Formats: sequence, C-alpha cells, structure tokens
Amino acid sequence: MISEKFMVEVKGARKAYGALEVLKGIDLSVSRGQIVAIIGPSGSGKSTLLRSINQLEVLNDGEIWLEGEQVNRPLKGRAYEQHINAVRQQMGMVFQHFNLFPHLTVFENIALGPIKLKGLSKKASRELAMEYLSKVGLANKFDEYPSRLSGGQKQRVAIARALAMQPKVMLFDEATSALDPELVEEVNQVMKQLAAEHMTMLIVTHEMRFAGEVADRIVFMDGGVVVEEGAPQDILQNPVHERTRSFLKKHLHDR
Amino acid sequence: MQGLDLSIVTPYSELLATGLWWTVVMFVSSSILSLLAGIAFALIVLYAPKLMALPVRFMTWLLMGTPLLLQLYVIYYGLVQVGIDIPALGAGIIGLSLHFAVYNADVIRAGVVSVDPGQIEGARSIGLSRGQTQRYVVVPQALRSTIAPLGNNLIVLLKDTSLVSIIGIAELVYSAQLAVSETYSPFEFYLTVAVIYYAANLVLEVGLHLLEKKVEMSR
Amino acid sequence: MDLTLIQRTFPFFLEAAWITVQISVLALLLGLLVAFVLVAARLSTVFLFRCLARIYVSVFRGTPCLVQLFIIYFGGPQIGLELEPFAAGVIGLGLNIAAYMAESIRGAISNVDPGQEEAARSIGFGRRQTLWLVTLPQAAKLMIRPLGVNAVALIKGSALVSTISVVELSYTAQRFISSTYKPFEIFMVSALLYIVMVYSVRFVVDYLDNRFAAR
Repeated sequence: MISEKFMVEVKGARKAYGALEVLKGIDLSVSRGQIVAIIGPSGSGKSTLLRSINQLEVLNDGEIWLEGEQVNRPLKGRAYEQHINAVRQQMGMVFQHFNLFPHLTVFENIALGPIKLKGLSKKASRELAMEYLSKVGLANKFDEYPSRLSGGQKQRVAIARALAMQPKVMLFDEATSALDPELVEEVNQVMKQLAAEHMTMLIVTHEMRFAGEVADRIVFMDGGVVVEEGAPQDILQNPVHERTRSFLKKHLHDR
Repeated sequence: MQGLDLSIVTPYSELLATGLWWTVVMFVSSSILSLLAGIAFALIVLYAPKLMALPVRFMTWLLMGTPLLLQLYVIYYGLVQVGIDIPALGAGIIGLSLHFAVYNADVIRAGVVSVDPGQIEGARSIGLSRGQTQRYVVVPQALRSTIAPLGNNLIVLLKDTSLVSIIGIAELVYSAQLAVSETYSPFEFYLTVAVIYYAANLVLEVGLHLLEKKVEMSR
Repeated sequence: MDLTLIQRTFPFFLEAAWITVQISVLALLLGLLVAFVLVAARLSTVFLFRCLARIYVSVFRGTPCLVQLFIIYFGGPQIGLELEPFAAGVIGLGLNIAAYMAESIRGAISNVDPGQEEAARSIGFGRRQTLWLVTLPQAAKLMIRPLGVNAVALIKGSALVSTISVVELSYTAQRFISSTYKPFEIFMVSALLYIVMVYSVRFVVDYLDNRFAAR
C-alpha cells in the first residue's frame, strides 16, 4: 500500500502516439495542499502529463495515484467506467478553452455535476452554485449564458464549475493561455486565492512570473522528461541545467 | 395564350383535395419514419462496430448516388418479386422514408461529430459518465445544429412526394393526371397543382422557421 | 442472379445512359446560363430585376420539378409551345436547376470577405469594377463545390424525364423491370451507371476545387 502522504503521485509515466514518445518516464509527487507549477516548451509533454492524471489521456505505462488510490487501474468495461467517473469527481480540471456548456446558463453549468452526480436538490444546488460563483466574483452572472461573458469571466465560471464538485485536487491546463492579456489577472487572482486556501493544485503554465509567485515547487519539463525541479527561487533564478537556462532566457520576458 | 380556362379546374376540386390529402399523408408518414430511421442509422454509423455499420454505409452510398425515382420503381416491383404484396402506398412510403433516412442520418451524424470535443472533456472531467455526457451535453448541442438541415430535407421530401404518382399512388399529381385525361387541359391543372405545392411549401417553411426559433430561444 | 439478363440488356442501358449524359450536360449548360442571368438580376440596381429574380428562384425551388416538366411538356401546346420530349426535358431540368445554381453562385459571392470590397472601393473602383476584378474571381473558387452538388442533383433529377417519355436510363430500367420482373439485376446495372456518372462529376469537382480553391 502506497503511503497516503502524497495527494497525487505519478510513477514512471510513459505515453507515445504511434512512434512519437511524448512522456518518457515521468515521476512526480504532490503533497496535500501543495502548489506545483509545470513549465516547459510546447511539445514537452506537460499537458499530456496533466491530462493523464484524470485519464483524459491514457498512459502506455506507469501509475497514477490519488490519495492512496490508483487512478489508472487496469479495469475493463463498466467497472472501469464506474471507477474513472468516481475518481474524476474528486479532481477538478480547468481547460485552456474553458469548455463551458453553451446551451446551459452559468448556474446550470456549475450545478450540472452536483445535481446529476451527487443528487443535490435544485434548491441546494442553487445555493452551492451561488457560493462558488461568489467566490470567483461573478455572483451577478448567475443566469447568464456563457456566450455573453468575456474570456476571463468564462474561465472563472469554469473554475467555479470545477470547484463545485469539491475536488481534492485542481488541475489547470494552461488556464490563461487563450485569454487577452488584460483578462489574465482576474483569473490569476482566483487561482492565488485557491492557493491561499491550501487547495492542492497542479498548474501547467507559461507564465513564469505567476508560477514564481504562486507555486511551492516548479517542475521544468522538456522532451518528455523532467529536466529539473525545485523551489521557485532556485529554478527561476539559478537553474542548474542548460536546457532550463535557455528556456527561461526566452520566456522570462513574458509576464 | 389561346383558350386557357382556369374554371375547368373547379369541378375537380374535390379530386384534387383528395389528392392533396394523400400527399400530406405520404409526407407526414415518410417524415416521421425517415427521421426515426435516420437517427437509428446515424447511431449505427457513429457507435456500432464497423461490421454492423457496413451495410448501412453501403445503403447510404447506394441511395445517395441513384435517383429516387429509380429507387421507387425497384422497391415497388421488387417487393412483389420477393413475395411481399403490399399496395403501392406502402412501397411509396418505404421508398421515400429509406431515401430520406440516409440523408437525415448524414446530417445527424455530422451534427454530433461537430460538437466540440472539448465539451466532452469538460463533462467527463467533472465525472459525468459517457451516457450522461451524451444526454446533457452532446445531444442538446447536436440538436441545435441539425434542426435547420433536417428542415431542408423535409422541404425536399414534400416536393418529392410527387414522384410516387409514378407508381400509382393517388396523390396530388396523380389526381391531376386523372383530371387531365378527362379534360385535356394539362396546363390549367398542372399550374394549379404547382400553386398548391407552392402554398404547402410556404406553410412548411414557416412552420420550420418557427421551430428553429423556438429551439434557438432556449439558448 | 441472372447474369445473362444483365449481359443482354447492358447495351440498351449504355445507350440510354448516353441519353442521360446528353440531357444532363445540356440542362447544366442552360442552367448555368440562366443562373448567371438571375444572379446579375439579383445584383442589379433595378428593383424590378431583383424582384423578378427572387420570384423566379422562389417559384422554381418551391414547386416539384416533376410538375414543372409536366407544365412545359403537356401544358406547353396550350400556350403554343410544342416541344419534343428531349427538348422539354432539357428546358425543364435546366430552368429548374438554374434556380438552385443561382443560389449557389449568390452564396459564393456573399461569402467573399467584405473587406475585399471595402479595399477595392477605397482605392476608387466602382461597383461593377469591384465585382468583376475583385469579388467574382474570388467567388469563383467558392462556388465550385456548391455547383458540383447542383450538378449531381441534376444527374439524379434527369430520371424525371422518363415520365415524359424520354428514353433515358430510368425509362429503360423501368421498361425492363416491368417486363422481366427482375428488379434486382436491372437495378444493379442502372444504379451502377448512375453512380459512375455521379462519381465522375464528384471527381472533376474535387479536382477543380483542389486546383483552384485550396490555397
């Protein structure tokens, strides 16, 4: 039995698309309440790694553990379906392109999961949705449709939607990459607030400054492997590896 | 214009009205059947194992690449050969329904596939099952994008009901032909029939437009 | 499966298919011609022309092609129009498909980036110059596919002229089906010929599309 001292554990993750190896054996451990930022060039595999944690990508080899329970158990058919649905309820994911449901209002977007999966009554779900919507600062958009919101607002709703399931860990897949620069800060604020509340967070990002401000640990990935990891000051200020150095040199100008 | 006399149509109003009635019957029954079958075919092509989808794909290819008229002949004469002796009406409904079912299936399939895959990821990431994802996230969105093209197919279906006159179903065109054989005034009768079709088409278009607006409203 | 039947009747079908091809090509040409006139009318500054074009398109798309053929062939003599079945077929199909083609062309024109017209006008080109030099050349690429769809519809629609006694592919098929009572084999042959025609058109359309439009 794996010790439960880690919230999320990745062991020996390997993934290939045909001949292209995207993950070449990744090990990663995230403690409860820890904020880990994953940085690296495009194609380094960082998104794939994040998505394999909630099985939106299936690994060819390796294990994913969530608080002592194996996520990628080799089950088949219905058993697998029931297992993975249950596991995903405990993880929240925020996507680069929001993926809000356009045919539902903001309230319905947030309440869909709690109502259908946790059997919440309509009334209770309204209260729940209002709570999380207020938390991200958009209480007044309760009955709006996503198409009427700005990018930053959509992403905040997306965060509220993920939080409404009361997950143990939040996964952020380049949450601000598709936003206009002026809209990035409002999302970063929400993420910082979550961090302050000790939510376990894995953040794939190319905002170096934000990563430095919010993360407990930074992981630099390149070419499907973890090149270097450590405390923000160490990685960002004094990187050990040449690859890390050259990557940061190019990117430290952005934000 | 020599000797055109629209009043020649009047005594045959009842005949034409009966013909129109049968046109409507053909239209409504074929619409319903072709939509249901279209959904079934689309589901098969989308989700069933390749082997099962193959006959559906073949039939689609066949029915889309050949004239409806030819298909109607074959079904009408073919059923008799196989021993199923149903009246022309049945053959007509089957022929129309099958033909439009494959077109509808194509539209439905395209609608489902066009739903942004990110939507599915968003739904699954909360923990919704495949079935729940389809039901609450994919289908509602697919529905919105298929309503208009399906409506267009219905408009074509209405006009194509005229073809079943060829296999002897007493709809509008056939009734007009009867009248023409007695009065020798094809122009007046076929013109009248054209006007009736035009009016019916208008009614259908308005109805579809309202339906689309209603679906759009719940946005 | 009666293979000898297929063998015996094939030459008739081939001949009939040739008639189908002729009708389709002629109707297509007529249709394109009329379609361009319709589009020109639609874009005209004269209100009457625009109206007439809209009415034409609405009427021909809002009524069954079969009825249109009957009016022209059977009803024609009453208004002084005595046509041979072949000619009536070509004219009927052509006039019908013209309405659909007009919409395809009009759609392509309206899909050209409006910024193009703005740029041309701001240089000083007039309405007509802009149309000829800037809009139409770009619309031409966009209309290939929709016109291809129309052409395929026309080939399949040509079956309708069998009802006004043109001895084309469907007429021949019906004749043999009702005399031999072997619809399956007859269908196979005629279906095959139609499919060959349809896919040839698709092939040409794909080629043209790739050559001129896929930049």
